[in-house]
This record gives sequence, C-alpha cells and structure tokens, in this order.
Amino acid sequence: MKKILLSSIIVIIGVTFIGRLSYLQLFSFSPNQILEDPAIKAVYDYPERGYVYDRDGELLVGNQPAYDVMVIPRETKTIDTVEFCNLLRIDKKEFIKKMKRAKRYSTRLPSVLVPQLAKEDYARLQEKMRKYRGFYIQKRSLRDYMTNSAANVLGYISEVNESDLRANPYYRAGELKGRTGIEKQYEELLRGRKGVKYIQKDRFNRDIGPYKNGKLDTLPKLGKELHITLDKTLQEYGERLMVGKRGGIVAIEPATGEILTMISGPTYDPALLVGRERSRNYTKLHYDSIARPTWDRSILAEPSPGSPFKTLNALAALQEGVIDADTKFRCYNGFYVGKTKRGCHCGGGSRDLNSGIFNSCNAYFAGTFRKIYGKYKTTDEGMDAWERHMESFGLGNYLGTDMPTGRPGRIPDKAYYDRAYGDNRWASSFIISNAIGQGEVAATPIQLANMTAAIANRGHFYTPHIIKQIDGKASIDSRYTERHQTTIDKKHFEPVVEAMANVYRYGTAKWLKIPDIEIAGKTGTVENFTRIDGERIQLTDHSIFVAFAPVDNPKIALAVYIEHGYYGARYAGHIASLLIEKYLKGEITRTDLEKKMLEKTLEHEYAKPLSGEPFSINEYNW
Amino acid sequence: MLRRLDWLTVFLYLLLVFFGWINIYSTTLTEASTSIFDFSTLYGKQLFFIGASFVLIIIVLSLETSFFERFSSVFYIVSVVSLAGLFVFGKTIAGATSWYDLGFFNLQPSEFAKLATALAVAKYLSDIQTDIRKPKHQLYAILIILIPVLLILPQPDPGSALIYFSLFFVLLREGLPLKYLGFALLLVLLFITTLKFGVVWVCIGLGILTSLFFFFKREKFKIPRIPLVLFLIACLSISLSVNFVFNNVFEQRHRDRFGLWLSLEKDPVKLEKIKKTIGYNTYQSEKAIESGGFFGKGFLEGTRTKGDFVPAQHTDYIFSSVGEEWGFIGTSFIIIIFTIFFLRLVHIAERQKRDFSRMYGYGMIAILVIHYFVNVGMVIGLLPTIGIPLPFFSYGGSGLLFFTAMLFVFLRFDANRLKEL
Repeated sequence: MKKILLSSIIVIIGVTFIGRLSYLQLFSFSPNQILEDPAIKAVYDYPERGYVYDRDGELLVGNQPAYDVMVIPRETKTIDTVEFCNLLRIDKKEFIKKMKRAKRYSTRLPSVLVPQLAKEDYARLQEKMRKYRGFYIQKRSLRDYMTNSAANVLGYISEVNESDLRANPYYRAGELKGRTGIEKQYEELLRGRKGVKYIQKDRFNRDIGPYKNGKLDTLPKLGKELHITLDKTLQEYGERLMVGKRGGIVAIEPATGEILTMISGPTYDPALLVGRERSRNYTKLHYDSIARPTWDRSILAEPSPGSPFKTLNALAALQEGVIDADTKFRCYNGFYVGKTKRGCHCGGGSRDLNSGIFNSCNAYFAGTFRKIYGKYKTTDEGMDAWERHMESFGLGNYLGTDMPTGRPGRIPDKAYYDRAYGDNRWASSFIISNAIGQGEVAATPIQLANMTAAIANRGHFYTPHIIKQIDGKASIDSRYTERHQTTIDKKHFEPVVEAMANVYRYGTAKWLKIPDIEIAGKTGTVENFTRIDGERIQLTDHSIFVAFAPVDNPKIALAVYIEHGYYGARYAGHIASLLIEKYLKGEITRTDLEKKMLEKTLEHEYAKPLSGEPFSINEYNW
Repeated sequence: MLRRLDWLTVFLYLLLVFFGWINIYSTTLTEASTSIFDFSTLYGKQLFFIGASFVLIIIVLSLETSFFERFSSVFYIVSVVSLAGLFVFGKTIAGATSWYDLGFFNLQPSEFAKLATALAVAKYLSDIQTDIRKPKHQLYAILIILIPVLLILPQPDPGSALIYFSLFFVLLREGLPLKYLGFALLLVLLFITTLKFGVVWVCIGLGILTSLFFFFKREKFKIPRIPLVLFLIACLSISLSVNFVFNNVFEQRHRDRFGLWLSLEKDPVKLEKIKKTIGYNTYQSEKAIESGGFFGKGFLEGTRTKGDFVPAQHTDYIFSSVGEEWGFIGTSFIIIIFTIFFLRLVHIAERQKRDFSRMYGYGMIAILVIHYFVNVGMVIGLLPTIGIPLPFFSYGGSGLLFFTAMLFVFLRFDANRLKEL
C-alpha cells in the first residue's frame, strides 16, 4: 500500500487531467470558432447593393454615398470644438453628449458621432478633417430613389436585429437587410456577398497582421441588378390619381403575368425611409393606424369582390352546362330567398347572360348560382364543384407572387360554413350572397387583377410577378413562366367577354369609354360594415372595378379597389379607365375626367365613422 | 558511471525540456524575431538556460554522492536562515517578499529550500535512531517540513508553501500511519463541501453516511461508539468553523479564487464580471485549450497564443498554448509523458538500496508531482489559481536549473546504488 500510494496518485492525476482535457477539447469544442475567436477580427468589405430598374430600363433605385463622422475617443486630442461643431452643424452641448456616449461604448473602438452627413457638409468637413485626430469620415452606401412612388413594391432596408442575427449567420450586427417588398424578396441577389479579411489581434485589440496570411480572406461579390416588371410612368400616374383615396390597384400584363403597376393608397415617398430622418419617419408611418400607409392594400386588403365576381359565376355555370348564353331569369327588381326579397339595381325584367352582366343583375346570378347547386344531389357536392372552378382562377389561396407578403382571400367551402353555423346547419340560402360576390367570398386586388387576366386570356394565367430580369438575363423562376389553366373551356369565355365589353358599350361603365380602344370590364359596388361602439354599422360601399383592354388582344388587365368609393363606375371605374388609356396610348385625351380624379378626395368619407356623429352613407352626389 | 545513469529518465527529461522550449518559442515569438539564438528574446534566453542546465548536470554528476548526504543539515540550516533573513533584507516583487536582490539577478531562497528540506527529511528519517512510528519522531519530522512553510507563508507565498506539504509523502512512505493522510483528506473534503453546500447539508450527509455505515457494517466490525461520536462532533465543529476561517483568515483574493473554483457565485451578471476580472486567467486559458480541439491549430498557428490572450502564457500558463496549438493530441501526449516520467522515478526510488537515496527520491518526486498537479490543474480549470510553474516546461531560468539539479542529484544516487552497498 505504501509503495504504490504515490504511483496510484500519479496515475489518478493523469486520468483526471485527460478526462478534463477531453471534456474541454473534444466535447466543448465548437468548430465554428473563427468568428468566436476574440483573437481574430473579421473586417468586411461590403459590395454595392444592386440597382433596380423598371420594365423599360428606367432606374428606380440606385445608391448614394453617405458620410458618417466616426470617433475613436482614445485617440482624440484637444480640438477647436466651436469650429468642429460648426462644421458638423451640431451645437456644443450635443457634441459633448455624443462624445460621452461614444466613450461609454468604448474608448478604443470607433463609434458613429454624426451619422449621414449631407454632401455639402461633407465637402466642407473633408478639407479640415486632418486637424481633428481621432475623428474620421466613413463612407456608407444608402439607397437613392429615382421615383417617389412604389414604396410598397420597392420596400426598404434597415439594420438587422437580434432575431435576424440568430436566424441567419451571414449577418453581423449593424448590417442592412431588406425588410419589405423586393428588397426583402430578392435580398440575397441585391446585397451580393460581402468580402472578409481576417485580422489577428492581440489582447489589447491591436492589429498584429493578417490571420494565416490572408488565406481565408474573400473578395466581395457585387449585388445583382434587377429589372422589375413595373411601369414607372403608370405607377407614378396611378399614385397621383390615388391621392386622397384609400385602396389598391394592380395591373397585370395578361400574356406574361407581369405586374405593371401595384399601387396602395395612401402611400409614401420611399426616400422617407432613408437617411438621418429614417427612424422618425418610420415611426410616423407605422403608428398611423387610421390611414395605415404601410399596409399594402393592393395585396393585403381582402374585400368582398362584389359584382366582378359574377363573371366567374357565369363561367362556372356555362362550364357546368346549367345555362347557356340565352338562358333567361326574371328580375323583380330583386329576387327572393325563401320569403325575403333581396334588391337589385338593374331595372328589372327578363335577363340573359349578356344583359345580366352589363346591367349587373343580382337576380340573374342568384338564379345561375342556384342552378349550379341544383345540378348536384347535395349542396356539398355543388359547393365542391363551384369551389374548384373559383380556385382555378387563383382565388381562395395565396397566389404565390414574388412579393414577400400576401393574403389568401376566401372562397368559402363546406368546412367554413360548418364552422360558422354548425355541422350541416346551413342550406343553400345561406350562401346565395356568393352569387353576387358579397357574403363570404373575399379577394385581394391582386387576385382580382389575376382573375381578370385569366378572363382576358380566355382561360389561363401566369402567376403575377414583379421580377423581370436578373443582371440583364430573363432567367426568372419557372413558377412565373408556368401557365396555369383554369377549369373553364375556352369557348365559354366569348359570351362573358362580350358581355363585359358591353359594360362599356351600354352598361354600368358607358360613360368611361376610351376613344379607339375596346375595353371589357365589370363594375362592383360592395356593401361593407364596421363596428362602432360594438354596433354593426354599414358604411359607404366600396368601389371596385376590373377591366382589360384591348378586348381582342389584351395588353393590360387590372383591378381597382377604392374603399368607400360607392358605385364601381365612380372612383374605381374612372381610375381604371384613365390607367388603361395612359398605358395603351401614353397620354390622356379626356382631361376633364383626369382633372376630376386628381382633385376629388374621399377624406370626408373616411372621416365619417371616426367623427362620433351620426352620418349618412352612399350619398348620391359626388 | 554514465553507463549506469538511467537513460530512459534522461530521455523523458530531454523530451519535456524540448517541448517546453517549442512552446515558449511559440508564445514569445514576435514579428521582429530572427534567430533562435537571439538572447534578447525570451526563447533565446530559455535556450541559454537549457545550456546552463546541461553544465549543471555535469557538475552534479561529477560530485560525490556522500557530499549531499553529509551537508544536508548545513543546506537546511542555511535555507532556513536565508528564509528568515527575507524579513529583513527581502526584496518585494509582485506583492511577495520572496527575493534577495543580488544585483545581476534575483534569488528566491524558497526554491533552494525545497531541495534542502527534501534532503533534510531524508537525512532525518534515514538516521538509524529515527522511528517514524514514534509520535515524538513524527513531530520532529513534521517540524522539519513546517519550519520553512511557516517562514514562507507570511511572505506571502502560499503557492511555494503548498509545495512543502508534498514532503509528507516521504513520511507516509516511510511508515507514518495512513490515517494521517485520511484525516488530511477529510479536512479538505469537509472544507470544500461546507463551502459549496453549507453546514446543513454537510450535517445531513454525515448523518446519512453514519447510518449507512452502521446498517451495512455492524455485523463484521466492532465499532467503538464513543470515538465515533467524538469523531462526528469533531467533523461538525470543523464544518461549523469553515465559514469563520473562510471569511476571517482568508484574504479577499483567496475567497474570490475559491468562490470561482467552486462556482459559489450564481448571479450570471456577477459571474460574467468575475470571468473578466479575477477569473480572467482561468477563463482565457480554458477557452484557449478548448479552441484547440482534437488536432490543435498547429505550431505557431494558435490565435489566442499569438494575441497574448492568456496572461503568463510562457510561464505558469504554458500548458494552455500546448492545448491551443497541439490540441488534445498534444495535451494528452504531455500528460502521458509526465505520468511515465513520474512512474519511472518512483520505480527508481523503490530500487534504491540505501534508505537515504530512496527517501530523497520520494521527496523530489513529490515536489515535482505537486508542481505538475497544481499547475496543470489550474490551467485546465480544475483547481483554483495558484501561481507555480510547470517543471521543465515553463519559462524561467532558476526554475529549470533547480528542477534539473534536483532530478540529477537523484539520478546520481541511482547510478551509484550498486557501489554503495
């Protein structure tokens, strides 16, 4: 025992040490150590963010240099504070406060003293900079917008936050990342890839040379140039027309699914979210919970589609073979569901497909809708068949556009009504409102535009998308070049398109004709409700309009949705007509119409439910 | 005589010195360095000390073995006097009055006193009249060890004082009852557990252990009740006094080190602060070792070593750069080399025919082992921070010369073992 005591202790010590070392070096070891190593500093070289052009190659978004004045507090010497403050355009108190903050952060590491100097200030400062030791100017690149429109499409960039850092190891604190719109969707293309230099540091954080002689360093990869499908002129024009109105507009080129314009009203100048005032402006926009300028109505608003939806019901009924173009229904200035009468504005009388559409007869479509169900033994089966047709037009589900947001809209199915009313405790009378696009159906403006494009194409569509070219090459995701066929045969489209053309010729939009251009369209006037103090109150109808033109070779299909704009032929119809003319002709011939739209606002309408006083809706005069 | 030198030990010694120097080179290399013989650099200086060690080896080997035995009492007395003299003439470096300023270099008598005490213990125990089983002789032997300790502690240099306790292994080997070791271990255990878990849990633990003991062992052994009760009371009073000792006898820096080691601090904010202040060395050294992984970053590729992140990385913390640059392969290799080296030395000690040689051998081995244990244990975060070097490895001339002398005195005895019968 005595003889082996020391030997045993030596062996036990050895085993313990090797155990501890294997814990440290084998189990706690993390292979991703180059970034965690305090002895290695990664210095990044940021490539310029990619430019964005519109469909005609006009620059929409470029970059502008910005100059941050940086300070390393430890290296500063006594300076002429008054002169320096004058150059920086800040007062002395602020300067002292900022210096204190920089010191608190670190005396050795650089902090931003004054962010984003204006160009002229930079020029004046640059000359005198050598006098101020410890201060230097760091160039940064900011977005520079060549248009004051399309903020909702272009999106904005901002510094990454904690959760971005956790989610994606590419980003380091202080870097920028796309937040909305194409900046978010095409973030990786636009930002490129930063280059990195690894530098060996000592424990005082001083550089002592490149790490491994720069073997692991990489060069930056430039961001890609994007061409998007927007038409800058049309977008800007549309946004001018939308001033004072709330709503969404989407125009699509039917042959390709390219989004020509995508407008949300009210909107804001994208340049507001760049530069020194960014954070103040963002807060202002973000907390405007009444007008909600940051809420992209063109893709997020989900109103009931109203009468434009009737065209789809007509197509479904034709496809199901329950009507033909000559099938007639009688309109009694309305129609009966059981014993209750529901109204109609069409003027009454006997209606066929053509006059049913161009006069927007509710009774005609109630009849048509009933016939679709009547074909099947049970409402459930009829419902399934109807739903399949509607969904083939891209309704009731996310469209799959390349915008980073979206809403599915709603095509109610059996399960939906079972949830709402209880299992099988509902009947076809509960769902008759869907016949005229009221009730439970809901669609976003972009879905309506896409549906219109499908009608314009007589039966197919391409998923709407915003990307046109990447670095000058038209190689975009195959999702956007793939043709989606609807369930409706081509031959059934002709009578419906003809009827939609008649909407302009003699129907609800006859005052909105454009000389020399044949347009097909459909108005929609959508009842809607809100709650004020818990009470359900009806508000002025939404004005909706869908149209495509020219009828025979459609170049543009669009949907316009104006909140509380009353008749479809008023705001929505006017704006649609002007946009079509602008796009197809490049100029507006009906200047009176244009003037009216530019001047009129709906602010008084939007103020009503907030006024706290009783108000009237759907006023005749406008 | 050279033929009878234990060449395996010499080989292992050279291996350790070589690897030590390799790591000193890596930790002290700067961009400006050119030749390895540049004596303005630390690795150049160490190379010089290695050369000096070789000269010292020749001197030691050429001396008569009887020289050391005969003069051991003189060495001891000189050491004790020089340690005592520090109180008057000592020079204070880094808070410890442990040096004599000899002009061209600083002499630390406690280093030399280790060798002298080891010799003195061997000399006393090997005396034909000494019987370690007698309490009186035990007391004398313990006094020989404790006198230098009592002189060193107030310097204050607890690290060096700790080394002397290793000489108790010599006493244990030579017949001091093992229960002394048992009591010592119990004391340490009680101290640590009380600090970590508190008096109440220690009492509960003792109670459970006692009842378990009675439950299983009553049939086989006759346990006298009264001594057991006294023993328990003693344990409890020790446990109760731990906090008093910890708070009143210890200094704040010792409390901090223990606190860190036993992770007494639970508050994450304070813990983070401790990591950056008193725990900085340990934290950096653990991180450096950890970052080496299995294969290490490669010779001269240790980023933390290059950045000088671990303080004292060429002296006390040299093992951390082994961990970073050579990885688990390197560290386990060094541990294995040390283990074989020590086991070989124990083997040699056991084969000595003369009691004095064996006892000295044991003393020397114990001193080496405790250096190695405390140093590596500290660097890898198993033990609280106690600043003592790693034998043969750490940078430092007097350390290397002293360890080399101690070792080769022993090898000199061994080479002579057949003659002296």
